[in-house]
Amino acid sequence: MAVEALVNKIIPFSSVDGPGNRTAVFLQGCNFDCRYCHNPETIHLCVSCGLCVEKCPTGALSWTDEPEDLREVRHRDGEERERGRLRPGYVRYDAAKCVLCDACIGNCPHGSSPRITHMTAEAVMKQVRRQMPYIRGITVSGGECTRQRDFLVGLFTLARAEGLDCLLDSNGTLDFSKDPELLAVTDGVMLDIKAFDAADHRLVTGHDNAMVLQNARYLASLGKLPEIRTVIVPGLFDGEESVRRTAGFLAPYLKAGAIRYKLIRYRPMGVRAQYAAHPTPDLAFMERLKRMVCEMGFTAVIA
Amino acid sequence: MREISMERVEQIRQDIYGTITSLTMTHEQKLTAMCNHADSLMEVLDLPEGLDELLNVPIEKKCICDLNEGHAPMRPRYIVPDYGKLMRDGCEFLKLDPPKDLQEALNALLIFYKHVPSVTNYPVFIGNLDQLIEPFLEGVDDETAFKAIRLFMMHIDRTIVDSFCHADIGPKPTRAGLLIMKAEAELEDATPNLTMRYDPEITSDEFALAGVDCALHSAKPSFANHKMFSSELGENYAIASCYNGLLIGGGSYTLCRLILNHIADRADSIEQFKKETLPYVLDIMARYMDARIKFMVEESNFFEYSFLVKEGFISKERFSAMYGLVGLAECVNTLFEKEGKEGRFGHNEEANQLGVEIMDIIEAFNNAHENPYCLGTGKRFLLHAQVGLAEDICTSPGTRIPIGEEPKELIDHLRVLEKFHKYFPSGTGDIFPIDITVHNNPEYVLDIVKGSFKEGIRYLSFYRGDSDVIRVTGYLVKRSEMEKLDRGEAVLQNTTGLGLGSAKYGKILERKVR
Repeated sequence: MAVEALVNKIIPFSSVDGPGNRTAVFLQGCNFDCRYCHNPETIHLCVSCGLCVEKCPTGALSWTDEPEDLREVRHRDGEERERGRLRPGYVRYDAAKCVLCDACIGNCPHGSSPRITHMTAEAVMKQVRRQMPYIRGITVSGGECTRQRDFLVGLFTLARAEGLDCLLDSNGTLDFSKDPELLAVTDGVMLDIKAFDAADHRLVTGHDNAMVLQNARYLASLGKLPEIRTVIVPGLFDGEESVRRTAGFLAPYLKAGAIRYKLIRYRPMGVRAQYAAHPTPDLAFMERLKRMVCEMGFTAVIA
Repeated sequence: MREISMERVEQIRQDIYGTITSLTMTHEQKLTAMCNHADSLMEVLDLPEGLDELLNVPIEKKCICDLNEGHAPMRPRYIVPDYGKLMRDGCEFLKLDPPKDLQEALNALLIFYKHVPSVTNYPVFIGNLDQLIEPFLEGVDDETAFKAIRLFMMHIDRTIVDSFCHADIGPKPTRAGLLIMKAEAELEDATPNLTMRYDPEITSDEFALAGVDCALHSAKPSFANHKMFSSELGENYAIASCYNGLLIGGGSYTLCRLILNHIADRADSIEQFKKETLPYVLDIMARYMDARIKFMVEESNFFEYSFLVKEGFISKERFSAMYGLVGLAECVNTLFEKEGKEGRFGHNEEANQLGVEIMDIIEAFNNAHENPYCLGTGKRFLLHAQVGLAEDICTSPGTRIPIGEEPKELIDHLRVLEKFHKYFPSGTGDIFPIDITVHNNPEYVLDIVKGSFKEGIRYLSFYRGDSDVIRVTGYLVKRSEMEKLDRGEAVLQNTTGLGLGSAKYGKILERKVR
């Protein structure tokens, strides 16, 4: 049976997920728990507790006994959540009735979303084809998309056969040096470097960054690192120091391929209330960071 | 010449008084209005029977509209001079020698523009500007060239006070084109309108991306599908006025438009609309245009006295006329409502298909109608998706999806345009305000242009969602100038008033930002 992915959403035309116009596919589930995550509902998998069914004003969510609607993703890690279910069965999502009011997400105690579709690579490709020839490529993001790497290999193999450029948007926890099969069908990885210092990284994400940096260096040396991103959050960690060290770390590899440094201003939109107290960095500070990395040979944008 | 009633004379006298005493018109605008008042006293055209009840009725019933061209047309509506000839031979009437350097070239053009008439009394086409200027840039450094071009563009904006004035650049990348776009991005002026004729096999990405960047500053250039236009009109064509494809060295005698939704109001069923109501109006409008053209060519003496004709800047052999239409969306929706069908134009496949069938009927009619003076286009009119008038209410331009009803996803919107742009060699276009985040990724817009032109879309315009210069329907205005006019102050550009009307009735400030 073809591998299915848990798809959170597909944006037909995206201007912010890599160069040019791309279809962006967002997969559900992430192994990081970043404090400033702007889409915290993409972190965890739905456990069909069913609390959202009652909250849905349009009847887009309902109960079903069909287990096919909640097939386990093969490559999620073993961590199983306690299922505080209201009743046996599964939550079913009907996109046609949904008005995207986010009542389900707002009431989810598990940091998840019931608006998830199980899709094979071919099913996703079918939706991508609708946008051709208006797009130059696709970007798979998340969540952390590499947790569903079998699906990625399947989708990218199909997409490349039709002339599309394929990018990943990753937190860098999959060891790319050990996955030549995935890299062979991936044109580039856009990597989040949340913080350069390991302690800062743990503070922001709850995880160490040794693998992230190893991947950054490995991908940069192959010329498969078109973009790195850092979210600048005043008060959480030293953004300037982190950006300087990250740029210094990767500068030697610029000859293998240009790297764009996307400097993202923290904004509280979508961030969980307990983490939303940080100020947005001012533009003058961002411009200074931009000048700094440009002088080190990167192209840079402020987002 | 037929007589008119004293009541009508008295009414026009009142209108003249209103113009003389107006507080919101400039002197030049008053002169133009006085001309129109004088013309409205004339009755010289040999009008087809049945026209009156379709044309001379309140706007909500009007089925045919002649866009204020007047009762006794004394010049073609749109004139598209061969400026290349000015560069090669100079102009005897204007005592201009062929220019030898950049200053002389720009000066010759500015002088010539003052003598190109049109329905607005201002030139609607000012040349394939970068190609005209490029030869004179040899040996001129960037700084000098930029200053001269910037002043030239500013001069155009301040003296051709009507943004139907249109310049073209491309498809070949030029240094002049880059400098023109640099100046326009900096000036953020409404005039001139600007089109990049784009062909991915001729135009470099660098040149096209400079166009996107300029458009995100100043709402121009728009992008024209060069392959499509040149296959229909030949290489020697221009985009003039709003987005009108016309032959260089010629132009369009006239432009009348069908108001399709009002025609649909007269039908009881889709079948009747297709078989009787629409064909009846198609025929009357074509014969009305024939009558206007006949007067212009045979009686007005324009082609006898004008130096443009005598010296060969234009010739009858390169003229055509534009058979326009508006309100296809509302026409389809009206017909669907009459038959109790669900679904609306732009969203429902069957509704879109009815739109296609209606266009096929109009196209077949036009292909069969012969006008002896449309020599530039095989004695046929060219179909035109007209951009609307400020006073249009509940009538969308051409075949556009009504503002406020745009499909949620841009891709679904584009898939509708693909069906309709092919019908209009003399112009159609769609407009998309773009979210500011695209500034980091101009390739996003270029990818959409590339895809569109592969899929048979003809003409696209973009502007930044929060831009001061915005595209109203086909022409450009500055929001800041509209606000000034709305406060009751006189403003320089004639088109600002039209834009204000469209902002109030046409909802142009409410387009879905992409």
